[in-house]
Amino acid sequence: MNLKEWIFTTDHKRVGILYLIGSLAAFAVAGIMALLMRAELSTIGPTITANPTNYNVWLYTHGAVMILGFQIPALTGFFANFCIPLMIGAKDVAFPRVNALSVWLFYVGVILALLTFFIPDPPDIMWTGYPPYSTITTGNTAMYSFTVLILGFASIIGGVNFLTTVAYMRAPGITLNKLNIFVWCTLGAFVLQLIFVPVLGTAVSLISMDKYLGTNFFDPAKGGDVLTYQNLFWFYSHPAVYVIFLPFIGVVFEVLSSHARSAVFNYKMVVYGGIGGIVLLAGEVWVHHLYVSGMADWLRIGQMVTTLMISIPVGLMMISLVGTLYKSSIAFTTPMLYALGVVFLFLIGGLTGIPLAVPSLTLAVSDTYYVVGHFHYVMAVAGTFSIFAGIYHWFPKFSGRMYNEFWGKVGFWLTFIGSNVVFWTMMDIGVDGMPRRYYDYAHFPQFESAHQLMTAGAVVLGLGFAIAVLNWIIGAMKGPPAGDNPWGSPSLEWTTVSPPPHGNWPTPPSVAEDWHPYAYKKG
Amino acid sequence: MESKERKGKQGMHKQLVAILRRTSVAAFGFALAASSWAAGPAQSAASKINDPARGWDSLWHEVIVDITIIGILFAVVTAWFMFSSRRTADNQVGASPKLSPASAVGWTVLPIFIFLSIDLYTAANGWVLWNHYRDVPADRLEVKLESGMYSWDYTYPNGVRTQNELIVPAGKPVMLRMTSRDTLHSHYIPDFRVKEDSMPGRVTYLWFHPTKPGEHLVTCAEYCGVMHSYMAGRVIVKSTDEYAAWMKQEETMLAAAATTEAPAVPAKAGAPAAKPKKT
Ligand code: HEM
Ligand SMILES: [Cu+2]
Ligand SMILES: [Cu+2]
Repeated sequence: MNLKEWIFTTDHKRVGILYLIGSLAAFAVAGIMALLMRAELSTIGPTITANPTNYNVWLYTHGAVMILGFQIPALTGFFANFCIPLMIGAKDVAFPRVNALSVWLFYVGVILALLTFFIPDPPDIMWTGYPPYSTITTGNTAMYSFTVLILGFASIIGGVNFLTTVAYMRAPGITLNKLNIFVWCTLGAFVLQLIFVPVLGTAVSLISMDKYLGTNFFDPAKGGDVLTYQNLFWFYSHPAVYVIFLPFIGVVFEVLSSHARSAVFNYKMVVYGGIGGIVLLAGEVWVHHLYVSGMADWLRIGQMVTTLMISIPVGLMMISLVGTLYKSSIAFTTPMLYALGVVFLFLIGGLTGIPLAVPSLTLAVSDTYYVVGHFHYVMAVAGTFSIFAGIYHWFPKFSGRMYNEFWGKVGFWLTFIGSNVVFWTMMDIGVDGMPRRYYDYAHFPQFESAHQLMTAGAVVLGLGFAIAVLNWIIGAMKGPPAGDNPWGSPSLEWTTVSPPPHGNWPTPPSVAEDWHPYAYKKG
Repeated sequence: MESKERKGKQGMHKQLVAILRRTSVAAFGFALAASSWAAGPAQSAASKINDPARGWDSLWHEVIVDITIIGILFAVVTAWFMFSSRRTADNQVGASPKLSPASAVGWTVLPIFIFLSIDLYTAANGWVLWNHYRDVPADRLEVKLESGMYSWDYTYPNGVRTQNELIVPAGKPVMLRMTSRDTLHSHYIPDFRVKEDSMPGRVTYLWFHPTKPGEHLVTCAEYCGVMHSYMAGRVIVKSTDEYAAWMKQEETMLAAAATTEAPAVPAKAGAPAAKPKKT
């Protein structure tokens, strides 16, 4: 097992694990940024730095790296790579070398993002990069543009690869209605990536062209328009939350169903109503990020309706998740706890999004901590919990070893409690007026104790995450052998040995007529 | 055997149509009733001022109650299933009934209509309130705002200017026409439940209805640069008389400045939008 073999690997499982390692490293860095921000906010006035720019750079790095360096690569890089070929009974992906290229590009992107800390004027333009500030700041906007472009490109070529793989490489007998929900979800996510990433690429290229090459796309004094950027940016970045949401809810379906040994409730409703509905609606709701940006009134009202309608596919998926538990047989393992945690966190996050769909209500709460609390519930923490659920769930498969249940559960409870303390409090002070992206809250002294509570909560939650990561590292090195199918799941990835060899199965698998990834059998 | 199968399919088909018909009628009826009810009071009260801040409070409260109910419902059902489905033997598997095709469709269509009616109901309420926020009463004080890094600069119709202090009379709706000389900013007045971005090259607006004398914080809600979090000001609401007196004084000062041909300076320059307190 030498390093060169890993770097030049074209095996989808190893590519996946490279994605996992890179994205967890990104998560650690972005997590440390979160703790620095929380430390800074623990008192009014300067706490650990007297220079607001430092805070802004941490916030930029936290947001951009969490989304582009951690969640999207972990979900569409690690899980998609590791699971999809195994779930559809394929030896590998359709284009293994393209796959290797995508993980290399991902590493280039992550390294570029981390260079933020070593250049004299790091970007301070938030992960959204809105002009005019991004075109006049002394911060390095080009760094932001290139990071986004490279990570976006890595993801697009992954998308082409997986769509082809699922279309052409399914084992005989695996029809479309026998695909794992996770596979469907990932396909939906990649369709969205392929449609929308180019728009993001355009947006971030144009700000750098404005800043460095003298164009005027966004400068009204020279005939440009500032709002155009926001439209382009969110035309991608709203669908991007579904690029995160779809695979993460897919992981939750897999974990929940396996550990409850119960078929996914109303499979076709989830696939065609839930996933299909989201893919269809994803591109018609971006204006809800621009409710206070000065958009035309009719657009704000129109997209209020489409945004509220997102509740339909998402609601169907929630019904299915809960329905799957009905008369099931639940083992409360660590991955199951995380998956159930997602159900509750996502419930809170989803419901608190309903007021944010209504433009008149957002006139007060937009750009406040209410929004920050809401999206951490619905995406940041729910997504991270599902990534953790998935890593624990497939840990025996990709490492061949077992993690420690006790420490797994300790980690879960710390993060679950910590997250609720932090993000519930955020929503609470947000409704009372605390604006987001504030280095200091001198005008809101009444929130100091709430901020201190959040800082304490963040430490607890960070500790929980750290315990989980340590648990994996130790488990991968010293854990007891796990066996091929510790959860008793009929899904195909559990039919091969742990860890699966190059090529996945000694002889290609074929499935029986009555096989289904969720047909649990007593035994 | 074949005919029996066909008969079964036909039965299912009928059942389906019946389910669809019933649910759609119920859902649309509910949504329609809800939206007309929501739109009702708005028209009857068109003559007096609809204070959006009050409307915000009541709609917010209502939506929070709604989502709390839905949330508790979901959470209780989930918790109950979790509790009642604990695995008791190692080789146990779930025993949930298999859905018949008709009930699978029912379980899809019925929730769709329920969610859709909640959505439309919420949208209708939100739209009514939106119109209150966007229709500015004709009898109003109109002030121009130019935001910049890092101050709020107000210009009154008669040319009087202030910085970081918007002084207004109680009882009169105030409208801001906003633009920016550099980056994006957002004039947020938490007490009046309103904000809107200001930006170069476009004019945006907002209005609010101050009723009692008092002071209200203005704070910037759109990231605008390094000192974003210090970009604050105040709305100062004075009684009508005090406001008139203040305005008179400003006007004389302005006139005096004009006759001596001094360059126009902001009549009232409050402290620049604050600085870090500790060092
Ligand atoms: C692990 C615990 C986490 C803590 C304690 C935390 C904390 C914070 C804080 C304090 C802010 C800044 C609020 C402000 O000044 O406006 C923030 C912003 C943000 N966080 Fe997190 N966060 C965490 C995890 C995550 C995760 C997992 C994601 C993944 C998507 C994420 C995504 C974001 C984004 C996108 C922003 C907004 C950045 C911006 O305003 O440009 N966070 N978070
Ligand atoms: Cu969005
Ligand atoms: Cu600002």
